Amino acid sequence: MLTLTTRDSAVLAGDHGPAAQLAMSIVVRMAEIYGAESLMDVTQAHIDSTLYLGDATLEFAERLASLGARVAVPTSLNVSGVDECGWREWAVSPEWAAKAARQMLAYEQMGAIPTWTCAPYQTHLRPVFGQQIAWGESNAIAFANSVIGARTERYPDLLDICCAITGRVPAVGLHLTEHRAGELLLRLIDVPERLQQDDQFFAVLGHLVGKLAGDLIPVVDGIVVRPAEDQLKAFSAAVASSGRVALFHLVGVTPEAPTLDEAFRGRAPQRSLEITMADLRAARDELTTADGRELDMVILGSPHFSLAEFAQLAPLVRGRRAHARVKFLITSSRLMREQADERGVLAPILEFGARITLDTCILTSPMLPPDIRTLMTNSAKYAYYAPSLLNTRVTFGSMADCVASAVEGRVVRDDSAWRTE
Amino acid sequence: MADRVIAGRPIVAGEVEGDALVTHDAFSFWGGFDFRTGRIIDQRHPLVGVRASGCILAVPFSKGSSTTTAVLLEAVRAGTAPAAIVTTGVDTFFALAAIVADTMYGRTFPVIALSAPDFATLRTGVRLRIDRDGTIHPVDRVC
Repeated sequence: MLTLTTRDSAVLAGDHGPAAQLAMSIVVRMAEIYGAESLMDVTQAHIDSTLYLGDATLEFAERLASLGARVAVPTSLNVSGVDECGWREWAVSPEWAAKAARQMLAYEQMGAIPTWTCAPYQTHLRPVFGQQIAWGESNAIAFANSVIGARTERYPDLLDICCAITGRVPAVGLHLTEHRAGELLLRLIDVPERLQQDDQFFAVLGHLVGKLAGDLIPVVDGIVVRPAEDQLKAFSAAVASSGRVALFHLVGVTPEAPTLDEAFRGRAPQRSLEITMADLRAARDELTTADGRELDMVILGSPHFSLAEFAQLAPLVRGRRAHARVKFLITSSRLMREQADERGVLAPILEFGARITLDTCILTSPMLPPDIRTLMTNSAKYAYYAPSLLNTRVTFGSMADCVASAVEGRVVRDDSAWRTE
Repeated sequence: MADRVIAGRPIVAGEVEGDALVTHDAFSFWGGFDFRTGRIIDQRHPLVGVRASGCILAVPFSKGSSTTTAVLLEAVRAGTAPAAIVTTGVDTFFALAAIVADTMYGRTFPVIALSAPDFATLRTGVRLRIDRDGTIHPVDRVC
């Protein structure tokens, strides 16, 4: 039975204005569905409702803004439906651009910070271990919970902003220590260190774990390398695309899993499965739907390309040139582009022939011209969604494979780490 | 299941009748459903190509993108949404879409949770009626 504080009740009664009342009414109805006994404070929010899809998402944003909604906690904004400055270079219609921009404006009017990125954990709004937050965006939820150890439920679009406006969430699920224990044990069996060091490994593993996890919290045991943050980002995006994972534990890697026992908080796993090389090879193959011949575009940056990724790409492309037939696109945030420029790693990437799209991505803005039929990417999230959302075929490969393919004008992949020993 | 009544738990209550469309694979409406046509577009899902508008969609739970709710809201506004969604357990993504659709447009769809054994008895193509208390009945087709 849900009990509201005096203040929650006053907000619900409209004492704090009609926008807070509307937001609280949705939070309270959801709290009843979650089976919450109370609401609790969050100190930060990330809003995925920024994605413009059509009139309904715009009407929802403008309804809240017109009622005078203001966010109650520091709030970052996810990607929007349009690259505000760059859309004219692509196939985006002026009508789409105008409506997507209106939706952006509505969320800015509520006092949110216009980060326009799906990697908010790589901005100054990165939460800290144990911080109670209300985040939308599936990859960001998985990263915040698992890699940082912040605490968020798996918030859907439209609820994230209601939590930000009220500063309150149902006190349930992943906000509470007892619900953060691992449930499914996944053991890597004979997966060599060399493969774990491969640039594609964590994206492929994430894709596989998402499929295996069902609605359980997965724990992966057997990782012997120290993954870079962007590899954990790739894992988070993959595991939350093929599955519904909002929290995972990698034993010896993520902060709530220093040991196997701590990952399960001393309990026994509900289920255990093994992951073999054959499983990983099959998962990697699933991410490729193209036949490996033609290539129209290389696309990097889902989640948004980080400074470290720009720095990783720069030496791979320095002094080279993308093939005239192949577009090379990076999706990123204004902040990361600026930092890459300051660091001197953007110039060689632009000289290579790469273009940069900011604020959005190819899945959330109708920007690709129809002659783009085959993509290549190092992002499991792009690889997962592009065939359905864009009706394109896709090849998955490492960042180096993507560069080599862009130069050659055809798909080139170094599969050596993935072959049978 | 055509021969028996199931006691479901109404997560978002409502009365509706429609043909069951059943899958045992989790589903993301974002990247999985085109609200302009009402068709399932997820090329990695067994229901790809099927029109889900007006059906009682039985799917164990949502997966993937947080934007599933927003796609469902667009579908309600466009008139292409499923008539109801039946899950195993409480799926908050589907429930939220139903609640916001009610708030914004005064239109909603029932979301009903079943036990896993009851869910397993559902069959595609069977005509079903959902009552406000969450009871699901098979109904004879009127030709």
